[in-house]
Amino acid sequence: MARYILNRLVISLITAWVLVTIVFFLVRLLPGDPFLSEKVTPEIKQNMIKYYGFDKPLHIQYIRYISNLLKGDLGYSLRYKNRTVNEVIKQAFPYSADLGIRAVIFATIVGITLGIIAALNRNKPLDYLSMFIAIVGISVPGFVIGPLLQYIFAIKLKLLPVAQWKGFAYTIMPTFALSLGSIALIARLMRASMLDVVNQDYIKTAKSKGLSPTQIVWKHQIRNAILPVITVLGPVTATLLTGTFVIEQIFAIPGLGKFYILGIQNLDYSMVLGMTVFYGLFLIAANFIVDIIYGIIDPRIRIGGK
Amino acid sequence: MMQNSIGELSQELFTHVGKSISEMEAIARPSITYWQDAWRRLKQNKAAMLGLIIIILYTFMAIVGPYMTPYDYRTTNPSEINQPPSARHWFGTDSLGRDLWARTWMGARVSLMIGVVAALLNAIIGVLVGGIAGYFGGKVDMIIMRFVDIMYAIPYMIIVILMMVVLGQGIMPLILALVVGGWLGMARLVRGQILQLKEQEFVLAAKVLGASHARIIWRHLIPNTMGVILVNLTMSVPGAIFSEAFLSFIGLGVVPPHSSWGQLAAYGAQVFRVYPYQLFIPAFFISTTMLSLNLLGDGLRDALDPRLRT
Repeated sequence: MARYILNRLVISLITAWVLVTIVFFLVRLLPGDPFLSEKVTPEIKQNMIKYYGFDKPLHIQYIRYISNLLKGDLGYSLRYKNRTVNEVIKQAFPYSADLGIRAVIFATIVGITLGIIAALNRNKPLDYLSMFIAIVGISVPGFVIGPLLQYIFAIKLKLLPVAQWKGFAYTIMPTFALSLGSIALIARLMRASMLDVVNQDYIKTAKSKGLSPTQIVWKHQIRNAILPVITVLGPVTATLLTGTFVIEQIFAIPGLGKFYILGIQNLDYSMVLGMTVFYGLFLIAANFIVDIIYGIIDPRIRIGGK
Repeated sequence: MMQNSIGELSQELFTHVGKSISEMEAIARPSITYWQDAWRRLKQNKAAMLGLIIIILYTFMAIVGPYMTPYDYRTTNPSEINQPPSARHWFGTDSLGRDLWARTWMGARVSLMIGVVAALLNAIIGVLVGGIAGYFGGKVDMIIMRFVDIMYAIPYMIIVILMMVVLGQGIMPLILALVVGGWLGMARLVRGQILQLKEQEFVLAAKVLGASHARIIWRHLIPNTMGVILVNLTMSVPGAIFSEAFLSFIGLGVVPPHSSWGQLAAYGAQVFRVYPYQLFIPAFFISTTMLSLNLLGDGLRDALDPRLRT
């Protein structure tokens, strides 16, 4: 197990290093050097030179950039004098994380349930219904679902608040809009996995031991079928977290996504790059955790060593 | 004894047919290729055919749609802003008085083109890289796949957003950004397929007959993975269309005066509380296009490889 964790850790660290190196060189490639253009005020220019060390040779800049990141310093805003990326993250990320965690939990539970229902009713109306919901969920983007929900439930029916983030009622629509695509993905995967497991030998053994169908489904089929679903939780987290960009915009949630889009609109390159690095590293860490969990749950993975 | 038991059937009723080699060897039905067979199966899948028809219809409208109305997609008209759909402006007008029918179908050109071109380029690069890695194996494979694995571990959207920040906005940068992050999945898929196929007897036979590497790859391995490639390609078109819409929505995609469905939806979302049609029209087209392509992709998967059917 220790070897497995070490292996995963090394891969994650290399990935993180590649990501920050790419970001570093992309900064150098930015057209027209926006960091030092005339429009940038002197104080901010000072911030930029301090953070990136534009006056030093390239390899010193690189070392400085990496050591800044190791210290947890993600840089300064290019537009606002005293704003750092770290401050923005500290202020806004809790909202995004709150929304993201709700969406991951909601998507996992609903997706797995839908998949199980579909598989147990294979080629019956409930199966077709679940899979129809799933394919619609995959096809309709969150930025379509969000406004649609607002229009129906907030503006027409007046059941839920239109936007903002002030209590449970406010969380319902954003969570649903954000997680629909992932619900669909998980449901399809869970269904396929359930149908795959049905044909395994241990299900036959369970049947011949005389276990009841309920016991077989709960104790053998579902428990084994969930395994592949866990592997997609990493990518699902990534999808949901980037999905918050638009969902936060639509529902006026003061999360990181809102600042991200603001940064893009203001051409605040250093802000956008700093936040992108943060997102990237966060998601690489999330993937690492999912890998470890998978290794704990499924011994075949960690013994396989890969 | 024997004749009695047969009853009324007497020996005279039976004649000897004789043996005809040509008849025995004849194939009863016209032989059909793998692709004809797949097409036959696909035609029976109603959902997939509906998807195909909708895609053809939208493509047709993307070509002729903008010419069906006298209004230009760029021309603003301050006296006719935010008009609801009417006989004059079939999809209404936007906040600058531009005709939304023309903009929707010009947007369809951009969205569909980005989706198809990005998916095709991804497929070509993915097949080349995956094919080389899988076929040659060993060190080449290890180096290529380590690189692919690491790139794959960086979230796709993060790569695309980074590329867009650096390349600037527009249609070409968007396609390039989607391709930089997009070919990895196809490369992994093709490599896996090639690894399996290259151990099979027909490849050995080709080698023994003296076929070159290029011939084995192009004539034997790629055609046999074509089904999987095609399914993946179909599935990646809606992915690219979605990414375009997503990026345009957050302000990193296609810039005016060009239009795309994602950009129309982004503008629509800002005003939909007052003018809901401005969001719902592009949203409808994005959603139905993605739905159609997904249905078609599912259908193709079932048609090309019945074993995968669940």
